[in-house]
Amino acid sequence: MESSFFLVDHLSISFGGIKALQNISFTMNKGEIFSVIGPNGAGKTTLFNCISGLYKPDQGNIQFKGNSIENKKPDTIARMGIARTFQNIELFSHMNTMENIMLGRHIHMKTGVFKGMFLWGKSSFAGKEEIVHRERVEEIIDFLELQNVRDKFVGALPYGTQKLIELGRALALEPDLLLLDEPCAGMNSEEKQDMIFWIKDIQDELGISILLIEHDMKMVMDISSRVLAINFGKQVTLGSPEEVQQNKEVLKAYIGEEN
Amino acid sequence: MIDLIQMIVNGVAVGSSYALMGLAMVIIYKTSEVPNFAQGEMALISSFFAMMLLTSFNMSLYLAFFLTFVFAVLLGFFLEFAILRRAKEPNILGMIVITIGIEMIILGFVSWKFGADQKTMPFPIGPYDSFIIGDIFVSKLEVLTLVAALLLMTTLYLFFRYSKLGLAMKATQQNSVAAQIVGVRTNRIMMMTWGISSLVGAVAGLLISPTIMQPFMMWDPMLKGFAAAVMGGMTSLPGVIVAAYMLGIIENLFGGYISIEFKTVVAFVIIVLVLCVKPSGLFARHYIKKV
Ligand SMILES: Nc1ncnc2c1ncn2[C@@H]1O[C@H](COP(=O)(O)OP(=O)(O)O)[C@@H](O)[C@H]1O
Ligand SMILES: [Mg+2]
Repeated sequence: MESSFFLVDHLSISFGGIKALQNISFTMNKGEIFSVIGPNGAGKTTLFNCISGLYKPDQGNIQFKGNSIENKKPDTIARMGIARTFQNIELFSHMNTMENIMLGRHIHMKTGVFKGMFLWGKSSFAGKEEIVHRERVEEIIDFLELQNVRDKFVGALPYGTQKLIELGRALALEPDLLLLDEPCAGMNSEEKQDMIFWIKDIQDELGISILLIEHDMKMVMDISSRVLAINFGKQVTLGSPEEVQQNKEVLKAYIGEEN
Repeated sequence: MIDLIQMIVNGVAVGSSYALMGLAMVIIYKTSEVPNFAQGEMALISSFFAMMLLTSFNMSLYLAFFLTFVFAVLLGFFLEFAILRRAKEPNILGMIVITIGIEMIILGFVSWKFGADQKTMPFPIGPYDSFIIGDIFVSKLEVLTLVAALLLMTTLYLFFRYSKLGLAMKATQQNSVAAQIVGVRTNRIMMMTWGISSLVGAVAGLLISPTIMQPFMMWDPMLKGFAAAVMGGMTSLPGVIVAAYMLGIIENLFGGYISIEFKTVVAFVIIVLVLCVKPSGLFARHYIKKV
């Protein structure tokens, strides 16, 4: 049997008495945008934390490109090709935009000298390597239209901009799988529109598969090929956006939330 | 006037060893938020290691010092890897107790192995070799200490600013989760920090050893270095350096003009005053932790 691109198999984790995830299973195809929906506290972020190695699941298995990520550390998982953003932004707040995104290049740096150009000159190996990394970072800055905050410390920037920088840093890893935890939270409709556009571009142009957590149902239905709905850590339903949208429990949860 | 200049010169010299010890502490504190109370004793055992190589093995000075630096780095690696990393659910208080435990073990070991009496370090420069410039006495050892301290500071500055590892350390310090998620091996970074810090401490120890060489030799420099680190805000490299030199100078002036008995106490009076006025230290940069 051919192994799936990404597979979550009977994943369970609890914190004290709280069963945050119970028997969650799904597979993702390469190139897909796969969304996870559910009310607050459903366990969505916990799922991401298990995937990126920050939490150790009690049971179950996660496989990426045929390799189990069991007992792997977050940095190893990053090296395997999984990058992510956080619901509550996790940036290096005392560094500027450029440095934050440059840290996303960490796993690709060989010489151990950041700013090798400064120390050894442009034509040295370290210098050449630095030029390549800088070019990649500049491309990302251009792509996400971050030019005017390029040299600003990120801590003081608006929330929406920080979310974008985090996305940029994740892209700098050149991952195969990108986990986005509520990328549009706190954005106005114009910013949301841009974000949707970028997410589609990341999928189409860069060929990166995306696992997305998002509350905006319209957006989810718009861009996902499949959707997993969870509540209280349990799977509610899994299917195409249309199927999931018609599920009674999902309807109830979402209409309930809007009131 | 001559007295004043003489006191300042001596203050700068002694400040260099405070600065090195303070730097060693700050380097660890920056990444792990643990004040390492074993810092002095780590330098102590490294100095005795050098003495052993020089006297029992008759090694050349360069080789002995080189091996001592290797020893110091490995000692730092070992303590982080074998002891601090094993702490389950570590909290700061627990970590502090661990470092105090390490401190006592090393102190006990050195006293047992080498005895508690004053030793002589076969160092090419004796504590009384000096230059006389005008009417000012400057000991050669003081000059060497200052030069070594400045060299080491410059190297550290370049390292933290321009190396991939330096940047990764900065990242780990600012947000360890984010650092891991971009692939920084934060465990390894911690180990490196301990190694580098131990090396800086060993340099201080070696420079102190010609003057005083017995199991308690590092207490005063270590406490003053810690004082400087606190004054500097615990996380600022330039902060601890400035504070260390200030301490060295003030201490000497106090000793010269006011009271020689209370000379060493003055450092702690200064800390208390500084902490009352500016609790985060004179040069603190605030890292506001998100929850
Ligand atoms: N580290 C943790 N310790 C204790 N409880 C946690 C932890 N992480 C998540 N939880 C709990 O797990 C449940 C799911 O949380 P989360 O995954 O953040 O939900 P969502 O992202 O869907 O809003 C919540 O009840 C939350 O309190
Ligand atoms: Mg969440």
